[in-house]
Amino acid sequence: MNALEVSELSFAYGAKEALRQVSFSLAPGRFAALLGPNGAGKSTLIALLTRLYDLQRGDIRVGGCSLRNAARPALKQLGVVFQQSTLDLDLSVEQNLRYHAALHGMSRRQTGFRVDAELARQALTERRRERVRELNGGHRRRVEIARALLHEPRLLLLDEASVGLDPASRLALNQHIRSLCREQNISVLWTTHLLDEVQPSDDLLILHQGRLVASGQADALSLEHGGDLGSAFARLTTSGAVQ
Amino acid sequence: MNAYWQCFSGIVLREWLRFVLQRTRFLSALVRPLLWLLVFAAGFRAALGIAIIEPYDTYIPYEVYIIPGLACMILLFNGMQGSLSMVYDREMGSMRVLLTSPLPRTFLLCSKLLATSLISLLQVYAFLAIAWVYGVQPPAMGLLIALPALLLVALMLSALGLLLSNAIRQLENFAGVMNFVIFPLFFLSSALYPLWKMRESSEWLYWLCALNPFTHAVELVRFALYERFNPLALAVCVGLTLVFALLAVLTFNPQHAALRKTN
Repeated sequence: MNALEVSELSFAYGAKEALRQVSFSLAPGRFAALLGPNGAGKSTLIALLTRLYDLQRGDIRVGGCSLRNAARPALKQLGVVFQQSTLDLDLSVEQNLRYHAALHGMSRRQTGFRVDAELARQALTERRRERVRELNGGHRRRVEIARALLHEPRLLLLDEASVGLDPASRLALNQHIRSLCREQNISVLWTTHLLDEVQPSDDLLILHQGRLVASGQADALSLEHGGDLGSAFARLTTSGAVQ
Repeated sequence: MNAYWQCFSGIVLREWLRFVLQRTRFLSALVRPLLWLLVFAAGFRAALGIAIIEPYDTYIPYEVYIIPGLACMILLFNGMQGSLSMVYDREMGSMRVLLTSPLPRTFLLCSKLLATSLISLLQVYAFLAIAWVYGVQPPAMGLLIALPALLLVALMLSALGLLLSNAIRQLENFAGVMNFVIFPLFFLSSALYPLWKMRESSEWLYWLCALNPFTHAVELVRFALYERFNPLALAVCVGLTLVFALLAVLTFNPQHAALRKTN
């Protein structure tokens, strides 16, 4: 069963169309990069995937559960790291994680166990009592990843998660997420506008003017549309390239 | 059921931690009613004689009269401020995290309203404690009886704040809320002056005050503080809380805000 299935998804702000007939799927354990220039519809897609907006047309299924008909089991399988930090800066690392666990209805015992495990995985155990305000950008992102994984989702959604990080932290974050993919069999949807965050073996989705103009393995797509990823992206996201 | 309880207690705990950690916010919320009590009421004490009116058994100084109104003022400010931030935060920040919870959105919003209301009660009782030291001392049992009344009022005002913030885009800053919601609700009520005094000045102002939900909130608390029951105020507050909460939850849709921005 696919970790994520988006089918025939369309969305409009009044008369302005933001997404049109977008369909794609993501297999378990795969890393998919979602690329698109500003205004391509990425934010709208994220808002729909995270239930911030209600579906208008089409459907989204997470682990086989439809957001339209079975939002609760669907959201249980979804972990999200938002573009802007959504941590409580005045609360400690552990307090932030425990709040998230409560929102997912996790029992105290289960929460204790999972918080320990995720903090250890992110090498944050010793910082658990520190206020988030005292952490640097890279560490804050790790706290958000620990939080997103706390309820053991099948699908991890990262919305421009590397924005604001220095190059070394950006690379470390990207590699860390890939290792999660491999070791935990978690599927990852990673939205970005930075081409160097994409590897040849990744699934690649390119949004342009609200449409999915390309999807497939990154190296194959690059070959098909210009030789390297940069040229393929430029060609596919030039106005008029939409098929 | 357990998942709902875990979720609700988590939301309350977070509000409590924020309250404890942001002491300056707590103190500034106390300054406003204390200024009214210690300065305004002291100045107007001589000007405004209060006749014997229900629920008081005797003549009372002005400070005693305005205590319930000032307690409700704390709830009014907190309710509006809290709800405004819920709307402001819904597309980013903490509300987004809240909304990724798998539990129903109605439950999440109601839990949030109840949690912020519970925390507001702590501020009200801190204010009542200072007023007690200052010399305004309602019966001890009244302070206990007023607790559910204050909680109901806090819920009503938070729900009203959320509803207004959802419905009116111009209220996306606090100055707008002050001018068009808080001041009219507060001044056109029985918080600062008994309604019969208002009637002596103007019949239509009296009716505006009499129809103002905040008047009923203040009277519910005033009667409860003096161990009396005001069925009309209770009925109005319960009814409006249900209506406001229902409409607020139904209209809380981030999509509408996004739509408004593009139109």
